[in-house]
Amino acid sequence: MSTAVVTVNKGVFRGLNLRQKTFLIIGFTSLLLLTIVISSVFLGDESLQTNFGSKNLNPSPEHPFGTDWMGRDMFIRTLKGLGLSILIGAFASTISSILAIILGLLSSTGKMADSIISWLVDLFLSIPHLLLIIIISIGFGGGATGIIVGVALTHWTSLTRVVRAEIKQLKTQEYIHISINLGKSKLWIATKHILPHLIPQIFLGTILMFPHAILHEASATFLGFGLSPHEPAIGIILSESMKYLSAGYWWLAFFPGLSLLIVVLAFDMIGDNLGKIMDPRSAQE
Amino acid sequence: MLNNEKIVGFIGQKILRLISLLIVVCFVSFMLIQFSPIDPVRAYIGEMPVSEEHKAKLEEYWGVNTPPQEKFLNWAGDVLKGNFGTSLIYRMPVTDVIKERFAASLVLMAASWLFSGVLGFILGIVAGMKKGTWIDKAIKTYCYVLAATPTFWLALILLMVFSVYLGWFPIGLSVPIGVIAENVTFFDWLLRLILPALTLSLLGVAQIALFTREKLIEVLSSDYVLFAKARGEKGLDLVLRHGIRNVALPAITLQFLGFSELFGGTVLVEQVFSYPGIGQAAVAAGLRSDVPLLLGIVIVSACFVFLGNSIADIIYQFVDPRIKQQEASI
Repeated sequence: MSTAVVTVNKGVFRGLNLRQKTFLIIGFTSLLLLTIVISSVFLGDESLQTNFGSKNLNPSPEHPFGTDWMGRDMFIRTLKGLGLSILIGAFASTISSILAIILGLLSSTGKMADSIISWLVDLFLSIPHLLLIIIISIGFGGGATGIIVGVALTHWTSLTRVVRAEIKQLKTQEYIHISINLGKSKLWIATKHILPHLIPQIFLGTILMFPHAILHEASATFLGFGLSPHEPAIGIILSESMKYLSAGYWWLAFFPGLSLLIVVLAFDMIGDNLGKIMDPRSAQE
Repeated sequence: MLNNEKIVGFIGQKILRLISLLIVVCFVSFMLIQFSPIDPVRAYIGEMPVSEEHKAKLEEYWGVNTPPQEKFLNWAGDVLKGNFGTSLIYRMPVTDVIKERFAASLVLMAASWLFSGVLGFILGIVAGMKKGTWIDKAIKTYCYVLAATPTFWLALILLMVFSVYLGWFPIGLSVPIGVIAENVTFFDWLLRLILPALTLSLLGVAQIALFTREKLIEVLSSDYVLFAKARGEKGLDLVLRHGIRNVALPAITLQFLGFSELFGGTVLVEQVFSYPGIGQAAVAAGLRSDVPLLLGIVIVSACFVFLGNSIADIIYQFVDPRIKQQEASI
């Protein structure tokens, strides 16, 4: 991927502001997300000690997001929750992408396979997404395993469609026909002509899957089907905060949700900007 | 004549498709729940200690010890006769629970569907007309942020602002399960509807507005609009005459395709506002292993999504004059 960007750069990279800006946005948002993940991994549990002397405190410089009913610092809880969400999202999206690639490639092998896979996509889209995640999560025993399997097994549909359509479209291209006429083997055509087009699409598709996966995980956890209440998950934090709403502890819900929004937005931005760069048409604007 | 044949064929094909989908959906979801390692009786009673005797009774009530294939055949046979079984947590027939709950949810979904569709369309048209200006940028930013907003968080924030701080709406919006619709005044009911509908509408705007904007920009850069401009048409008139007619149909189609998302949003919103709809029932059924009710809701929701997709298909194939013309020319 990086080499592709470099080759595109050569001709046009002469103080192009938009391109620099795009790279800057990608770099900054990636750094933000990396910081969240790394700090959440290295923050030990001791930082979440219960301290009943300082429970339900308003946000202050010492506790930027306030504290909860057990005196735990909400900022650290949120940070850990976000880290967990991102990791689950990453894992589930990766599995979904692998599924999408396999099914997308299979669908190009023949008419029969194609119609079976289209039917499978329709089947998965026939139940509301959240309900499907709930059922799968129940089927796999709930908890962390249930939710990860649920999210991983339900996000491949759109990328499968993209891969399938892309292969279909590529197959009609002139240069592929010429290659066939020149006697190139199927494998050669697949690796030299089709794969280079697919890789950026798959990469982008995976990144754009992230926000959906994260939001769905948080939603299912919020409803009580996901991670257990002992985990520092955003969904847990928010469903807990519902009990304290009428008491006026607004910070319990406000900051964690806002942080989740920012993380999701960051992934969207990375995806959109990478898409801009990887598409040669808009990369030169 | 030909058109009639086409419509009959279309409907027949759709019905066959629906039946085949439903069979598989029923089978797969039944088996998923059946082979779940979660003990349904435990899920129902929670942490409460119960005597062995009592537990055995509950297990019988849940049908834990019947072999799965026999259970599935029994259940499927009943469903074919229109009997979805008895809900274990509400202790009444599943069809009654779903009827009552789905009606409540339908009102909520219809209100937000219409409102978000109209508002999103208008915002998209405005943004597309004023492409590149600050209005466009503001609308775009609004849509991008909303697309990333967790539904339940927005619901919580609205609940906090309007119910806790301003006190305009009651906090616990639910009605006890025993209270039937006639005992709730229309005003009460409307009051309960506003916040959930508002949440769903605000979120639903994003997709349709961005789509409309994109389409309108595409239309405005076409040759026939250039020609219209050359003839002296301009401003709102031009957009009304050439833009909206071309954009409306795809936008409506997209709105119908969004039934699945709408249902998911409803589940979350109902949970936060404790609105007594089908989403809340689904969550309760899932958490407490009410298998008949959960399966009933899955079937109903699959039909609901299928209906939306079919309407979108009908619009695409039968209403859109461009498609008709294409077919005529072929």
